[in-house]
Amino acid sequence: MARRISTTHRVTATAAGWLVGFLIFFPILWMVLTSFKTELDAFSTPPQFLFFHWTTENYAIVQERSNYLHHAMNSIILAFGSTAVALVIAIPAAWSMAFAPTKRTRDTLLWMLSTKMMPPVGVLVPIYLLFRDGGLLDTHIGLIMVEFLANLPIVVWMLYTYFKEIPKDILEAARMDGATIGKELIFVLAPMAVPGIASTVLLNVILAWNEAFWTLNLTTVDAAPLTTFIASYSSPEGLFWAKLSAASTLAIAPILVLGWFSQKQLVRGLTFGAVK
Amino acid sequence: MATQQTRTLGRVLLAPSVILLFLWMIVPLGMTIWFSLLRYNLLDPGTESFVGLLNYQYFLTDPAFFAALANTLILVGSVLAITVIGGILIALLMDQPIFGRGIVRLMVIAPFFVMPTVSALVWKNLLMHPVSGLFAWVAGLFGLPAIDWFTNWPLLSIILIVAWQWLPFATLILLTALQSFDEEQKEAAEMDGTPAISFFFLLVLPHLARAITVVILIETIFLLSVFAEILVTTGGGPGLATTNIAFLVYAQALLQYDVGGASAGGIVAVVLANIVAIFLVRLVGKNLDA
Repeated sequence: MARRISTTHRVTATAAGWLVGFLIFFPILWMVLTSFKTELDAFSTPPQFLFFHWTTENYAIVQERSNYLHHAMNSIILAFGSTAVALVIAIPAAWSMAFAPTKRTRDTLLWMLSTKMMPPVGVLVPIYLLFRDGGLLDTHIGLIMVEFLANLPIVVWMLYTYFKEIPKDILEAARMDGATIGKELIFVLAPMAVPGIASTVLLNVILAWNEAFWTLNLTTVDAAPLTTFIASYSSPEGLFWAKLSAASTLAIAPILVLGWFSQKQLVRGLTFGAVK
Repeated sequence: MATQQTRTLGRVLLAPSVILLFLWMIVPLGMTIWFSLLRYNLLDPGTESFVGLLNYQYFLTDPAFFAALANTLILVGSVLAITVIGGILIALLMDQPIFGRGIVRLMVIAPFFVMPTVSALVWKNLLMHPVSGLFAWVAGLFGLPAIDWFTNWPLLSIILIVAWQWLPFATLILLTALQSFDEEQKEAAEMDGTPAISFFFLLVLPHLARAITVVILIETIFLLSVFAEILVTTGGGPGLATTNIAFLVYAQALLQYDVGGASAGGIVAVVLANIVAIFLVRLVGKNLDA
């Protein structure tokens, strides 16, 4: 039975909802607006909301002077590279725990989760020294390794929760029909696992894209992704607001769009299945 | 029924993940523990010597440690309070019949996807700047003096930025939990004429208890390690005003090159995080059995 909802209720809720949403979103909106201003307009008091001289020059300057594309490329390499490696390692593990669980599966899962609890600062010193001595500082391969290991527990967990939902009867049926484990994987399991894997990739790319502890500490120029690139705007001479805004808008736009598509997976991935 | 063959295969498939994670956890952590027992400064190579627990003694009696510990606790506690209370309120609002709810949801969740360096710099400059920032202009509209956020309220400024980043996370999880609330219970309460306040405290809040616990535990893990926001806005200052444990260890290691001292600090951070982690792992473990 549908509940009766009064018009007043609906109007009040809508007004309040939009107001709260607007306020929370406002810093992002303001940043995007500022990115289309001249530096003079960006600083002006009272602030210019819509009726300023719109310009796209900041975007051109950001690319020209600071090689934005180089850092964007690094972000893409690190985010997708670390995700790809994590998938290769995690899919077999998650498959095995979901479909051939043993007495120790539960403990293994919890232990994996506990490795994610280790604060990165606890291993900063040795990782930094190992990277320095191994020539891995500011390299793609080094950063991909760290990001991959940092996110591996989440990837295994997410895949595990998705794989567990695949009905086992189907596998039994396939086995009855004489399918080998290899065939079972490719023809039965893979098609059913694709949505879960896609969600996992989405969340992991977002996490790796925004990861700012390791990237800030282990990269400077060559492998520096957008997090490090934006941090360079914190120096006093870098404080050109319109350019900062343009660079920031470019840095967050792709991941914001991806993020909007992944709301549900986000809850699942970040709570390790504790809230669904 | 798992056959012997499947079981062996399962172990082989599981091995790479387990071995890699084990190495990733044990090797650097073992090195940190070892370094923490040495006098070891990068500016003074070749003079490493075993000093036992001296680094811990220095680190734990350093006034900077107490300042950093206090800042860490204030930062974590305040952000938790803001995001949990704010998250409950916003989740309750979002659960109402809002026209265009999908779009409102997108706006509310957006800050979570903004990388920490961007949110910190945008807030510090575009919003919190004492002269040209938007907050100063808004204060002016009400005839109030502009606040010089990062000079007078540095830790509060960081707290606001971090809270803005985590509010969507709390909201989203609490909203997910709220939507699983039994419609019939809601209707029954309405028919009985239960006042909204007691309905909330007697029925809704207990229903959300588990989700709230999850939010608190997971946020705490991440909030104990807040770093980028501090690095790009205040650099831990003025003085030690915004230095948390994570930043203190970073400064000791990569600014003062004191490997021994920083390692001792790192171990202290690990111990702190573990206290929280134990509760979280237990909670998730219970859920696995259910």
